[in-house]
Parts: sequence; structure tokens; C-alpha cells
Amino acid sequence: METALITIAYLTSAVLFILSLRGLSSQETARSGNTYGMLGMAIAIFATVTADGINQYAFIAVALVVGALVGRNMAAKVAMTAMPELVALLHSFVGLAAVLVGYATYIAQTKTGSVFETEIFVDVFIGGITFTGSVVAYLKLKGSLSGKPLLLPGRHALNLVAALAAVGMGYWFTTFDGAEGLLPLALMTVISFALGAHLVAAIGGADMPVVVSMLNSYSGWTASAAGFMLGNDLLIITGALVGSSGAILSIIMCRAMNRSIVNVIFGGFGTGGGAPAPAAGSAAAVTGDIQETDVAEVVERLAGAKNVIVVPGYGMAVARAQHKVQEMTELLREQGVNIRFGIHPVAGRLPGHMNVLLAEANVPYDIVLEMDELNDDFPSTDVVLVIGANDIVNPSAMTDESSPIYGMPVLEVWKSEFVVMMKRSRGTGYAGVDNPLFVEPCTRMLFGDAGDSMDGIVGALRERSGS
Amino acid sequence: MNLGIPKESHPGERRVAASPAAASRFVELGFDVTVEAGAGDGASYPDSAYEAIGAKIGSKEDAFSADVVLKVRAPRDEDDARELDLIREDATLISYVFPAQNDALVASLQARKITALAMDCVPRITRAQKVDSLSSMANIAGYRAVIEAANEFGSFFTGQFTAAGKVPPAKVLVIGAGVAGLSAIGAARGLGAIVRAFDTRESVRDQIKSLGGEFLTVEIEESGEGGGGYAKTMSKEFIDAEMALFREQAKEVDIVITTALIPGKPAPKLWLKDMVETMKPGSVVVDLAAEQGGNCDLTEPGARAVHDGVVILGYTDMPSRMATVASDLYGTNLGHLLDELGGAGTFNVDLDNDIIRGAIITQEGEVLWPPPAAPEPSPAAKPTPKPAPEPAPKPAAAAVTPEAPAATSEGGGFSGKVLVGLALTALWLWLRFGSGASNSVGETESEFLQHVTVFILACFVGWQVIWSVTAALHTPLMSVTNAISGIIVVGGLVLATDDVPQVAAIIGAIAILFATINIVGGFMVTRRMLRMFNK
Repeated sequence: METALITIAYLTSAVLFILSLRGLSSQETARSGNTYGMLGMAIAIFATVTADGINQYAFIAVALVVGALVGRNMAAKVAMTAMPELVALLHSFVGLAAVLVGYATYIAQTKTGSVFETEIFVDVFIGGITFTGSVVAYLKLKGSLSGKPLLLPGRHALNLVAALAAVGMGYWFTTFDGAEGLLPLALMTVISFALGAHLVAAIGGADMPVVVSMLNSYSGWTASAAGFMLGNDLLIITGALVGSSGAILSIIMCRAMNRSIVNVIFGGFGTGGGAPAPAAGSAAAVTGDIQETDVAEVVERLAGAKNVIVVPGYGMAVARAQHKVQEMTELLREQGVNIRFGIHPVAGRLPGHMNVLLAEANVPYDIVLEMDELNDDFPSTDVVLVIGANDIVNPSAMTDESSPIYGMPVLEVWKSEFVVMMKRSRGTGYAGVDNPLFVEPCTRMLFGDAGDSMDGIVGALRERSGS
Repeated sequence: MNLGIPKESHPGERRVAASPAAASRFVELGFDVTVEAGAGDGASYPDSAYEAIGAKIGSKEDAFSADVVLKVRAPRDEDDARELDLIREDATLISYVFPAQNDALVASLQARKITALAMDCVPRITRAQKVDSLSSMANIAGYRAVIEAANEFGSFFTGQFTAAGKVPPAKVLVIGAGVAGLSAIGAARGLGAIVRAFDTRESVRDQIKSLGGEFLTVEIEESGEGGGGYAKTMSKEFIDAEMALFREQAKEVDIVITTALIPGKPAPKLWLKDMVETMKPGSVVVDLAAEQGGNCDLTEPGARAVHDGVVILGYTDMPSRMATVASDLYGTNLGHLLDELGGAGTFNVDLDNDIIRGAIITQEGEVLWPPPAAPEPSPAAKPTPKPAPEPAPKPAAAAVTPEAPAATSEGGGFSGKVLVGLALTALWLWLRFGSGASNSVGETESEFLQHVTVFILACFVGWQVIWSVTAALHTPLMSVTNAISGIIVVGGLVLATDDVPQVAAIIGAIAILFATINIVGGFMVTRRMLRMFNK
């Protein structure tokens, strides 16, 4: 294919990618958005493969076929509760691919000069951070690594030294002509790997939505850096699109937690206590008695209710209770109960995670609302079911200035008549903050696995409607 | 922030802009509410009831000089009542305006630099239903039409068997099953009548049935579905069949309630003179379209007429005849609009809000009516790859983060964004062609600069596009961007050539492999997820 044609094909791809992201802005257009994305990708790959000089078709074919098969398998098998892990893993592949492309390009010496070398260097550096950062995030989300932050002594200094060392390596790297500078490049790669792993290891489980969207952003910047290196505008544009997208998601998540992005990345809060709990300090201790309840009372309340709001959290994902929740929803809707879902922006471990789980269980999306859409409705709500959520319904975020989550917008469930907290134990949430909601007079605790509790509720509701 | 509720001075108008209950919502929103003395008298709300919810009672001037003035009818601008002059410049007026029929009023509002929001121009979209006072008033009018008809009708609505004999139930025909028509069907059924309803739109069949009405239709395949929940004008064949149906019905029915309106046109003539003459003496026609000329040939707008013993009511003040509930519902609609405007604390006439954009008539001496054409049902279907796309129709992200819209307008609003975009494009063009740089290898610095410009442009586009993504789709967005960032595959592909060392090509192939996992996995998992989102 001629160069001019390739340029046109790339331009078409870039436009299709923009259409794709735009399509994702609403449920109605989302599917066509995804199709635009596929089309854009197909055009880009086809144009590149048919370009002049590309002739190692065996390599291309093997890599494409194997990659496609692996990707297809992963996508078909993943459980919706495991989406955060999959997304993190996919990020790591982009990082890895960027590192590999960097090395290959350097060895191939497609261009020369210090600008070119700097571009390679930046590509490999960002790619390396994305790669190991995503791997660590993946392991944390999967549970293979503890969700608690790894707080090495002097970690800020360590990061700084690592970054400086990488820059030093970069300078050394540019002094070589030709493909002789592999040693500094390799050393720098190791440093970037360590840096990526360390950065993410220091971030707590509850901040994972931010981390994942940040890595999403990084994976975009990586592609952009590769575009600079290869002089390829399509890569630059696409990378920048994805990078901005991830950055915006990170900002949205941070706002939802009322924290700055710097605080999330370097704060080490978010964490199951951060420092050992007593040191965390001055937050007013919660005193009072909690009142337990059982399935029978909850069912009684639900059956008599007009307005019900369900607030799901990560606990629902862990217990895989979304299908039971859907069954309950259907039963209550048949009885004419107005049941809705209130989704906090950072509920779960991935932006929009709860929406995906509920959609999987076939909950109609028009009763799944955002926090701001129904926060005013809690006073007129008869029953609120909090399923495996904690910090996002914590009233001290609004009342207790010494609380670490003070200022974070929360779902104001305590304004309703009756709140059921489904919880495995009396422990604190990921933020390690006591929740005065537990001792509110309107709150009843339903201890136990959310899946089992929901089973009981659905069973009892069925009996009632059957009789 | 002051908010004034003057007394309605239009002759015969009994409503007031808000009941005490509705006004208490304004107080909650942070407004200092001043009510003109006696404003609620016509609607049976005494001044003391307003005082009880924390409003002040003041003079006409007090009420009109507030920062926000709420009225039902537009302020009068006639010689005997110069209400418009009492409103301060830069104050906000919310009332009915009917700008299409009232050029002079719009001109005065513009000259007086009043920010005017018309309750009759609130767009008919789902989100605006709570603000839609035309619907609340139509609901009242439909109910009242039945009551007025019953008042004129000399018999029972419900059928009765008494010792003195059998009384058949009244037969009511409702033409046009919009909000008013449905309300009339419900009210007439409630009184026990047999109700039939005609509408050109097949989609209202179930709604009519659910209220206990019988759906009448003609045997011609044609949908009368028009835009914005209204019906459209029908073909000649259809109208002929419709007229034949009505002539049949005219022999049987006792009460006819017509509610047919087509936006921007005079009301269609549906109940003709000969049909009235066919009806039994003592029958009643209520023409709710009287203000737009009437659906009945013989309607006298605003008055009661009698023809051949048939009473034809052309009252145009049905909601005012039920001023108590009308004021309450209208006030509640106003409360929701004030909420959209940000309440007293963050009062802001935000033209990016589609409800406000639809309702606004004049602002700062400019006429902003009519609003730009309503966005396509799915605005995302035709975006432009320009640096500054249309101001995204109310970014959904805004619901999560109130500051989001502010972020989109960074850089000095819409025109600012266009300028930035143009400047960047110009810079790129200059670098590409103007500076005499060729694209050859070695001139990497200039090439690098070109790439930087492309990069910044793309960031800019990405930034504009993503803010509008709804929070529910964040996970699919993430997996699709994930797939798209697999574009790095191109980096591996360009190395699959004999021109480079074999080892580079092999490393490149491994990169292709990983990137492909990403592409295929990302797109497929997105597709899987999106399939699950159902209404």
C-alpha cells in the first residue's frame, strides 16, 4: 500500500476510535461504539500489514492468531466479578508490548540521533512502569497479594532515587551510537519495573478504582510514546485518547473520594488502617450498641415497603450475590414496590463495576441510579439494603472533621426509615474507619455472607408471594 | 436571594404561582420569599399560610422587585397595569410567556434586560417531566372538563336501577388521549360513565384501556405519532374515515370532550356543525382546544354556547377554575425548575442544561428563543472529530461530579475551545508545510515538534469526548480503551520486515502477540458486557 493511502487509513482509524469513545457515552450507542473501535483496529492492522516492505508474514500470522485465540478465551471465560483483574492484566500487556517494541526498534535502528534515543527511552520507561504496576494491581485484585499497602521506610526517597537513576541511565544511553547502548537500556528497564511495582504496592485496596484508571491512562501514554518513537501519528493520537480517558476517569474517582490524585498515589491511605489503627488517631470513637436483625424481620420490612433502595458494594461482588439481588428485585417489583439501586462512584474495585454486575444479573439499567440522582430520596425511603458496602455509606464523612474520609460524598442512607447493613463481620471497611451508621437507631445489622443472606430473603419472599 | 410571588392581575385568573406548601420548598432552597398581600386569595390560600412557612407578606412593588419573580401569567405590559416596569433589570422572571404568540412581550423583556424563563417552553423530555407545568395544567383541565360537563348535563353519569325506573349510563367520547384526554377518561370513568376515546396514535391504546376507556380507531394503517409526544396532521383518507366514525358516535354519545392539538397550528376541526346537530338535545360538548380556535365548529372561546339544545363549552380557564390544586402543582413545577437553576446558593442560568436552554426566552438583552434544534435522540451517533465538539449535551459525568461541566469549559467556554483547537491546527500546518521542513530522516527535531502538536490535539479531543461518558459505562469504557491501546500492535508490525535484524523482528512479533491478546480480549469482553445492559 502506498504511503498516502496508509496515512488515509490511519486517519480513518483515528476518527473511528474517537467515534468509539464517543459512542460509549450512553447505553443506546455503546454497542455501535464498540463496533467502531473494532473497525478502526481492523483498518489500522490491515493498512500496516500491507505496507511496502512488510514481508515477515509468518511472524505476523502466528502472533496474530495466537494472540487472538488467547484474548478470545480470556474474554469469554472471565467472570464479571473478576473484571477488575482482567482489566489490570490487559493493561500490563500494553506495557509489556511497549517495552518489547522499544527494544526491537532500538535494535533495528530505524532512525538515529539523540531525539530518537530519548523517545525509545521514554517509551520503555513508561511501558515498564505500566507493566509491573498493572501486574501488581492484578495480583492485589486477585487476592494473591494482600490489599494492604506495602509501606517501605523512606519510600518517597526510594522513588525519587529510582527516578533519578533512570534519568542518569537515559543520559548514559544517549551517548552511545548505533545499537550499542543495550546495557543502560536494560538497567533502566529494571529500574522502571521496580518503580512501577513499588508505586502500586504502596496503594491500598480501596483505592484500586483510581489505580486501575490511572494505569489505563499510563497504557495510553505508553502507546503515545511509542508513536513518537516510530514517527507514527496514529499511535500518538490513539495513545493520547486513551491516556486522557484514563486521566479523566482517575479524576472522577478521586473527586468521588474527595481526595487529590497525588494523595492517592503517594498517600498510602485507603488501606485497612494505613498505620496500625490506634495511631490513625483522633477520629471520634464510635460508641453505642448495634442492633442485630434476622432474615425474617428484613423480609417483613421489605414486604411492607413502598420505596426500597439497594446500595451494593464490593461485598456483593465478593459474595457473587448479584443474581440473588436481581431475583429479590423482581419479586418486589411484582408486588409493586419501587425498588432502585444507588451506586456510589467508587463502589467496587473498578469504575462502574457495580453497574456491570447488576447488568449481568439482568437488573434493568433504568432503576440503577447514581448517587446524586437519589441522595435526596432517602428521607422518603422505607427500607435501604446495604449489601457489602461500608465507607460509601459512612455518615462521619459528613459530620466528623477528624475522620480520614471527611468530605467524601456518601449515600445518605441513615436518613431513611430502616437500614439493613449486610456485613460479614463488625470490622471496619477498607478505609479503616469506624462507621457510626452501625449504631444509628434506624440501622439493623444482618451479619453473615451476603450470598447466604440474600438466599434466605429471596426464599422467604417467594413463600410469601406463593401463599 | 429574594424571590417574589405577586398576585395575578389578569382578569379572571384565580391561580397564584405557588401554594404555601410549594413555597416552603423555595425556602428550603434558600430563597427569601416575599408574597404580595392577597396573592393566594383566589386559590384559597390566606396570607397567614404563607407566613407560617417563613415567607414575608409585602406590597406589589416588593414582590415584583425581587431577584427572582414567579408568576403564572406573564406580567402585564398594558397602560392600566405596567407590571413589567416593576421588575428590576437583570432579575429573573419565570412564568408562562407563549413567545410565539407574544412578540411584543418578548421585545419588552429583551429591552428591560430581564432573564425570562417560560414554563410553556420547558422541553418535553423525560428528565423535564417534573418541571412540565403544561402537563400538570392539562391534567387539571381534563378533570375539570368532565366536572363542567356533568354540571351542564341533565342526567346521571352512572347507570341506575331505581324503583322509579332505569337510567342508562352516560356515554362520553374523548377525542385526543394526551394528558388532558387521559385525565378526562379517568374522571368520567370515576363518575360511572361509559367512556370511549379516539386518538390517531396507536401507542396510547394501552393507556386508554388501563383507565377503563374503550379505544376507538379507524381501519387505516397510518401512525399519527408526531414529535415531542404530540400527534401530527393526518392524510385526507384518514380524516374522512375519522369523520365517518365521529358521525356514527354523534348519534350515541351524550358528552364529547375534545382535546386535539397539533403544535404550531390552529386546533384541527374535528367536531363539525352537523355532528352537533345529530346529538341529542341536552348533550354537552367541552372543547379544551378552545384557546387555539377549538376542535368544534361552534365553539366560542371563553364562553358557553348553545346550538340546537346542545351546550358547547369553550372555557379557556379550566386550571384557574381549580386554582387551589393548580397553584400547588404549578408551584411544585417551579420548585423543581429552581432546583435545576441551583437554588439560591448556586443560582446559575446554565445554558448547557437542556431544560433551562429550552425554557429561556431572553437573557441580558438578547433573545435566546427559540432554542437550537433539539439534539438527536442519540447525540453520540454523529460526533465530529473536531477539536471542539458540540458542547456535550449535559455531560453525564456531571451527575457524579458537580464540577465536571466546569472542567469541560476550561479555556474560556466554547469559543475558547475552538480557538485553542484552531491555534493548534495552525501550528501543526506551519510546522508541517510552512517552516520549510522536509519530512526526511535527520530532521527529527522538526518532526518531533509536529508530533508534539498532534499529541496535544489528540489529548484535547480525548478530554472533550470522555467527560460525557455516563458513570454506569465506566467499566466498558475502560475495557474498550484497553483494546484500543492495543494499537501498539502497529509498532510490532512495522518491524516484521527483512530490513531489520532478525532478532528485532522476533521481539516485534512477541509484542504483536501481546497486543493482539489485548485487542481481541478487550473488544470481546466489552461486547459481552454491553450485551448485558438492558432496560
